[in-house]
Amino acid sequence: MTAPVLDIRDLSVSYDTDRGLLRALRNINIPISPGRIVGIVGESGCGKSTLISAIIRLLAPNAQIDGGSILFKENDLLALDPEAMRALRGVEISMVFQDPMTSLNPVMTIGRQMTDIQYRDNRSKAEKLARATRLLERVGIADPAEQLNRYPHHLSGGMRQRVAIAMALMTEPALLIADEPTTALDATLEVQIIHRLQQLQRDFGCAILFISHHLGVIAELCDEVVVMYAGEIVESGATRDVFLTPRHPYTRKLLECDPARIEKATRNLPVIAGKLPDLVDLPDGCVFRTRCDVSIELCASERPPLEGGDHCTACHVTGQ
Amino acid sequence: MSTRPGVLAETFASLRKDPLGMLGLVIVVVVLLASIFASQLAPHDPLDVNVYNRLQSPTWQHWLGTDQLGRDVLSRVLFGGRIALKVALVAISVSLSAGLLLGMLAGFGPTWLDRLLVVCFDTLRSFPTIMFALAIVALIGPSLNTVIGVIIITSIPVYARIVRTQTQALRNQDFVLAERAMGASTARILRDHILPNIAAPLLILASMDVPAVVGMEAGLSFLGLGVNPPTPSWGSILNDGYSYLRNSPWPIIAGGIPLILVTLGFTFFGESLRDILDPKLRKKGGAS
Repeated sequence: MTAPVLDIRDLSVSYDTDRGLLRALRNINIPISPGRIVGIVGESGCGKSTLISAIIRLLAPNAQIDGGSILFKENDLLALDPEAMRALRGVEISMVFQDPMTSLNPVMTIGRQMTDIQYRDNRSKAEKLARATRLLERVGIADPAEQLNRYPHHLSGGMRQRVAIAMALMTEPALLIADEPTTALDATLEVQIIHRLQQLQRDFGCAILFISHHLGVIAELCDEVVVMYAGEIVESGATRDVFLTPRHPYTRKLLECDPARIEKATRNLPVIAGKLPDLVDLPDGCVFRTRCDVSIELCASERPPLEGGDHCTACHVTGQ
Repeated sequence: MSTRPGVLAETFASLRKDPLGMLGLVIVVVVLLASIFASQLAPHDPLDVNVYNRLQSPTWQHWLGTDQLGRDVLSRVLFGGRIALKVALVAISVSLSAGLLLGMLAGFGPTWLDRLLVVCFDTLRSFPTIMFALAIVALIGPSLNTVIGVIIITSIPVYARIVRTQTQALRNQDFVLAERAMGASTARILRDHILPNIAAPLLILASMDVPAVVGMEAGLSFLGLGVNPPTPSWGSILNDGYSYLRNSPWPIIAGGIPLILVTLGFTFFGESLRDILDPKLRKKGGAS
């Protein structure tokens, strides 16, 4: 196996809140190999956004990193000075945001935003525009030269998200972070964007860290998947393995709740009973114990380690 | 912004469809031209005293009559416009720039700086403007520069607070976060993303502030706290005329009408601009 382009090692992040220390991420390990698409799935509040913010070092002011490292091409991002980090952002690490309606500047034309973002290059304006046009074409926008003169409010959501993706890929980054890029789009557009991302990934060869709570999208797009729950990884492995033979009770329940899997007509969608544990006052043992139906005595006292080689699970019962 | 090609032309095209806005623009242009070319347009020297012709009604020689010292009122009104617009231009551009800078600092900077600046803004704004002006004039004496200074100091907090609020609203927008994630520096974000987004409302505000500033200058001059005699100012024309109202109403009329015109002109123009530049109303399809 080649050296990972991004290697998150034993990362722990917490927020300083009025109630005490909120431990948002605990001992996270995610290696991302070059050119792979890794999906992170989990419900709201499981730490997905904190994880992204930690990678691009734009954590909220009350957040602190309690330990671990984030190695990008073997440099620890957490040890870089702010200027060096800024030089990486948008060049080596790019990002696509959730809501394309707000992620573009409303008072600048698409062309101006796409040339502005190349300010680090010493090229002529015409060359920058040509590059912007080429990229718009590659993300599947018809008549790209014409779109450059438009303002974001002239474009539809799908178009804007394509523009955002084009902007993120402008510098051919080694890592693209996509934070629920399809959540705000309707289903047909979602499929289009996903296929386009796959295509672009093959063309550009970048690794993609794809965050979503939509299991179907993850299954369609990702090579590997990481299932997070309450700030911990509960299961990780090749997408195929995790989806076909889920081991952790949480993953199983999550899959059962996927509306796409429901075969009989029903009035009530399945839910996972209970709620997330309090991250300020963490219970001992397994974090999923209170919502789990296979828990044993050991689960209450000892936190299960994440183990299992290529397909890891953190569960005392089903892990072995 | 000049960086957006076609925006000026587009704005002007929309303005032509709004009769009140167009009227405002015409008044603004006429007042501006009359003030700029005051020395060419004025039939007499505004300071030329001729006591034999005092307090005349309009004649072919003196279109708006003469004041208590026999000076030509029309010439004084034209030159008074110069003073009024000079005060407006200098005071608004300086306070707008300073307000912009301080407001962005407060809105984008660390919390302690924000708190400190807001306390300063609120302290300044808590003085009634006229009281503040009286105090300053009592300290350093009446002059045109004092008037400008007072207006600048009292206007900065107004602009700064608006800029601060707008900056705070924008700094949490996704596109600003996206820029950050793309490696943009703070200066770059402020210059290329925050500033263009708050420029339109600020320009509208500035244009609507012109009458307020002109009125302020006239008010202070009327009270004898502004421009020193014999320099003509609309306020001092009103003050002179007011003492001799029973003898001739013409100086009061001549001093009052330009004030009303400037107020109406800039207000109509500003309101029309606001309607045109408001992004929520500007959702026409097609490339601009």
